[in-house]
Amino acid sequence: MSDPTQPPGAAPEQAGLDLQEETERLQAELEEARPPHAGPISQIAAAVVALAVGVFGAVGSYALGLGRLTQPGPGLWPFAISVVIIVLSAVLVVTGRGLQDTERFSRSSLLTAAGLVTLVGLAALLPVIGFEIPSLLLMFIWLRWLGKESWRSSIVISIGAVAAFYVLFVLLLQIPLPRLI
Amino acid sequence: MDISPILDGFGVVLEPTNLLYCLIGVIIGMLIGVLPGLGPGATIAILLPITYGIGPVSAIIMLAGIFYGAQYGGTITSVLLRLPGEASSVVTVFDGFALAKQGKAGTALGIAAIGSFIGGTVSIIGLTLVAPVVAGFALDFGPPEYAALGILGVLLISSIGNGNKLKAIIAACVGLLIATVGRDTFTGAERFTFGSLNLAEGIDFIPIAMGLFGLSEILYNLEERHNQVHAPAKVGNVWPSRKDLGQASGAIGRGSLIGFVLGVLPGGGAVLSSLAAYALEKRRAKQPERFGKGAVEGVAAPETANNAAATSSFIPLLTLGIPANATMALMFGALLIQGIQPGPQLVTEHPDVFWGVINSMYIGNILLLIMSIPMVGVFVRILRVRPAIMAPITVLITLLGAYTVRNQVYDIFLVIAFGVLGYLMKKFGFEPGPLVLAFVLGSMIESSARQGLLIFGGDPTGFVTRPISGTIFALILAVAAWPLIRKALPRKTSVERVEEKIK
Repeated sequence: MSDPTQPPGAAPEQAGLDLQEETERLQAELEEARPPHAGPISQIAAAVVALAVGVFGAVGSYALGLGRLTQPGPGLWPFAISVVIIVLSAVLVVTGRGLQDTERFSRSSLLTAAGLVTLVGLAALLPVIGFEIPSLLLMFIWLRWLGKESWRSSIVISIGAVAAFYVLFVLLLQIPLPRLI
Repeated sequence: MDISPILDGFGVVLEPTNLLYCLIGVIIGMLIGVLPGLGPGATIAILLPITYGIGPVSAIIMLAGIFYGAQYGGTITSVLLRLPGEASSVVTVFDGFALAKQGKAGTALGIAAIGSFIGGTVSIIGLTLVAPVVAGFALDFGPPEYAALGILGVLLISSIGNGNKLKAIIAACVGLLIATVGRDTFTGAERFTFGSLNLAEGIDFIPIAMGLFGLSEILYNLEERHNQVHAPAKVGNVWPSRKDLGQASGAIGRGSLIGFVLGVLPGGGAVLSSLAAYALEKRRAKQPERFGKGAVEGVAAPETANNAAATSSFIPLLTLGIPANATMALMFGALLIQGIQPGPQLVTEHPDVFWGVINSMYIGNILLLIMSIPMVGVFVRILRVRPAIMAPITVLITLLGAYTVRNQVYDIFLVIAFGVLGYLMKKFGFEPGPLVLAFVLGSMIESSARQGLLIFGGDPTGFVTRPISGTIFALILAVAAWPLIRKALPRKTSVERVEEKIK
């Protein structure tokens, strides 16, 4: 099946370089919709947040007690990881300035924020008034305003979906979801 | 080799419930492979709560079906829409879409399906032969070896995945840190719990996976990324002609081998192997210029390889207990939920799980072949479903599903919190995959490292002087130093690249 003169592992290694470029080009093309990258400030901000996590972890685990190598304390392992995070994020603060892999927040990020609000709303209302009404509202908001469906299909799909959920979760699987009916 | 457990495994698969879950799994896999936006990782994460309700064998059979089914489905969008459903189908786009433009979309899909089937099947046979041997070898591993293996796995996945390596490793370390939240098993001390009773139990795997893989992807896609609907190309006859098959047969054979070998390597997996298989075919071709303009081999090779790799990536999980990629990390978590510790003991202690899952893949691949050749029209029609409709339905499944695990609203909030974390990570160029993987392995690495220290009487050099763990640590160093080594040799590669172009 495979060519005996050419081990399958070795050859693609070099040809892969060319291909990698091609693939990257294609991926870039596919992600045209991707918002522009956000620049050095957000890179540094992200690295500083990571650094802060590391510092927090280090301080917290130091307080837990490191113990000795013969008798490791509860804080030894998290302390070791935190130190690695601190070192790597510090490197990232210095070297990551020119990276282009962050995305700028745009107007459409507001859609995500709005979606998030509905999620929190569902979680907050669920124990109070059951899952039916919050689910219906969430479906409708996502379809009508976040997905820009028509009024009619938004209403039909959200009612249909929640009814299907009711049948599936409550009647068939008999999962004790908090509910009105 | 004693084959009776293998045969018993077929008995397990052929039980009607398991067959049903296999069918459900591969159908879901095909569907989400076809639908843009949600990958197999996200889907498996969202469906994790279901696995509580069904037995371990059925659960893993279904999740595995989703995983390799998605490889089949991803082909359809690559060929018809020039939109790779999965990263591993990216190279299929070059020749697949070119064939579709020539009115030969059916041929491309047919060849891809046959290649996928052969690649998958070859890989399952390989898995059947290799896995018990590796597991037997790994039975001698002690805590130091496991600590080293775990660290190597985390490092490999962080450094081979796409995106910035430094960020990936930082994300992985954060995952290790999150894994320490809760009561320390050795001393009983509460770590990072801030006096919260919920946190004292530790953070559960399901909300983390659902949030970071599932919800974060939905939130990310909300920014009007995939909202345009595409009209798919017409699909004609999907049965490839004998000439096409003959042309593709070499590519399918070589793709199977490449996929199997690269799939075993942690972090290698489906993406790398599809690239490698395509590159190999292009190099071997008598007329390489045909590639990119509708060469049948250009579809056959990557599609065969990505399926073979998807299958063989089960080997490290089932034999060493080390997940080879982010999706395998979810399988690892799903097994743990069922009270089964993946590792070398799996084949002897839970032969039903081990062989049941492996053998279910034969059935699954046959089902997928049927779905992708005679029934491909059904799935092409699904391409017309708008992502705007899928998004809220998946959100509801995610949130309500998270609640059902322990009937606690706290879990919903946890999923939302990790969903937001995952969304922000993606916005700032951090991959959530390494974090989840490191979280899954975190407590294993910590307890093995601490047990190791106890064995060595507090002397950390013991990790390096034991032959196997020493070798693994040497590998860790090599992986960590690799980017620096490559940076030191930039000239050589660019010369090679020029040579490549001259050819």
